[in-house]
Amino acid sequence: MRLTLNIWRQPDAASPGGMHTYELDGVSPEMSFLEMLDTLNEELTRRGEEPVAFDHDCREGICGACGMVINGQAHGPERTTACQLHMRHFSDGETIDVEPWRAAAFPVVKDLVVDRGAFDRVVGAGGYITVPTGSAPDAHATPVPKPAAETAFEHAECIGCGACVAACPNGSAMLFTSAKVNHLAALPQGAPERESRVLRMVEQMDEEGFGGCTLTGECATACPKGIPLFSISSMNREYLRAVRKGGEATD
Amino acid sequence: MAVSGLIMLLYLVVHMLANLKIFFGAADFNGYAHWLRTVGEPFLHHEWFLWSARLVLLAAVTAHAVSAYQLSRLDRAARPQRYVHRRRRASYATRTMRWGGVILGLFVVWHVLDLTTLTVNERAAPGRPYENVVATFSTWYGNTVYLAAMLALGLHVRHGFWSAAQTLGAGRARRDRVLKATANVLAAVLTLGFVSVPVGVMTGLVG
Ligand code: HEM
Ligand code: SF4
Ligand code: FES
Repeated sequence: MRLTLNIWRQPDAASPGGMHTYELDGVSPEMSFLEMLDTLNEELTRRGEEPVAFDHDCREGICGACGMVINGQAHGPERTTACQLHMRHFSDGETIDVEPWRAAAFPVVKDLVVDRGAFDRVVGAGGYITVPTGSAPDAHATPVPKPAAETAFEHAECIGCGACVAACPNGSAMLFTSAKVNHLAALPQGAPERESRVLRMVEQMDEEGFGGCTLTGECATACPKGIPLFSISSMNREYLRAVRKGGEATD
Repeated sequence: MAVSGLIMLLYLVVHMLANLKIFFGAADFNGYAHWLRTVGEPFLHHEWFLWSARLVLLAAVTAHAVSAYQLSRLDRAARPQRYVHRRRRASYATRTMRWGGVILGLFVVWHVLDLTTLTVNERAAPGRPYENVVATFSTWYGNTVYLAAMLALGLHVRHGFWSAAQTLGAGRARRDRVLKATANVLAAVLTLGFVSVPVGVMTGLVG
């Protein structure tokens, strides 16, 4: 396959960036999108040019590191991660636009790499449970009802890729935060911090400069892990419950 | 946004149903308008009920507009840079919430000047709303303004009701279809109910 690539190039956070056009030949349909970029980077290196910087780690759709907006869609046209997107979904001779996640809370570090530290701080604000250290507890020590386990698993699938924020016209992180909140709120292990967790995580989310939710639904459409849109409503329910119970974000 | 929106929605349902009295003739409609001013007497003073309702509505409209403004500012700041590759996003009703809301706000101002204060209604006289409504819908601009506003209202309610339900935590996997259907029915019933009045005047059914 032969492709024309328009890729966002930006040397560092402080410098201005812009779209650059590259012609790439010899792309096979079996390649993943990242392998296609590797091929381009080899070519660029050969020519003595700076390769395109992009984030990646597992390359099997589970770490959430890779992330780029392909033809205006987070992770491209298929509901998967960029590393699991194959070039057979594009046609020979196609022009493809590749841009970094766009959100005030995700500043560009270089080219397609953005700083997703804001997600880490939201998780740090309450996305954990308190357990005594020492030997691991027996697996059956705390029974978890089946429906609770299913809800928790559904939300635990979130890999923190940030596609939801990138797709949202408001740069809102409600889907990500709701996945984390609902995951732990469903489990007995998450019960002790249930109220303070949702209040703190939402407070941190707002502090990071993510936008407000207007229920456009773009996040759930873009999510490679299928976190459903109603998760946001579940988090709102958790939030209202915590407020009613007089919980405080900081104690 | 959700609470103030639902207050206005409740008002609109009542308002739309009351408007249908126009099909029962001038005595019925004008009698109802008179009752609106005397309801609660002698416990309440003349027009106290009406003014209480106006105050609640004014508070709701203000809260709705202020929070919409704040939310829009926040959202714009959170996405300072657009994508070069632009794509049509979300449904029409969803995309038009901001401008649709502004249009409805302007409509309410026009509407109050037209049928409450009668400032812009040339052939209107106080105390006979039936004749005033007929006067409004006997002009091309009256019909245009109202019909356009009713369409905007339908779209706004369609996304707004469902959205408010999500904000208040009522959204659940199994309930989603019911909520969406309720939003669509509310939007359609409100739009058709309101539209029936100008259509009634235009077709000579009311006059
Ligand atoms: C074809 C559609 C409509 C007709 C024929 C209509 C008719 C009227 C009439 C006759 C009054 C005055 C009642 C009185 O003084 O006794 C009124 C008041 C009012 N209408 Fe409508 N209306 C329509 C649609 C709407 C819509 C869509 C809204 C809101 C978005 C709205 C908001 C109001 C408000 C807020 C008042 C109260 C103003 C006040 O008393 O201060 N109306 N309407
Ligand atoms: S909710 Fe989905 S899109 Fe958002 S970070 Fe998690 S996996 Fe990625
Ligand atoms: S590189 Fe790990 S999800 Fe794509």
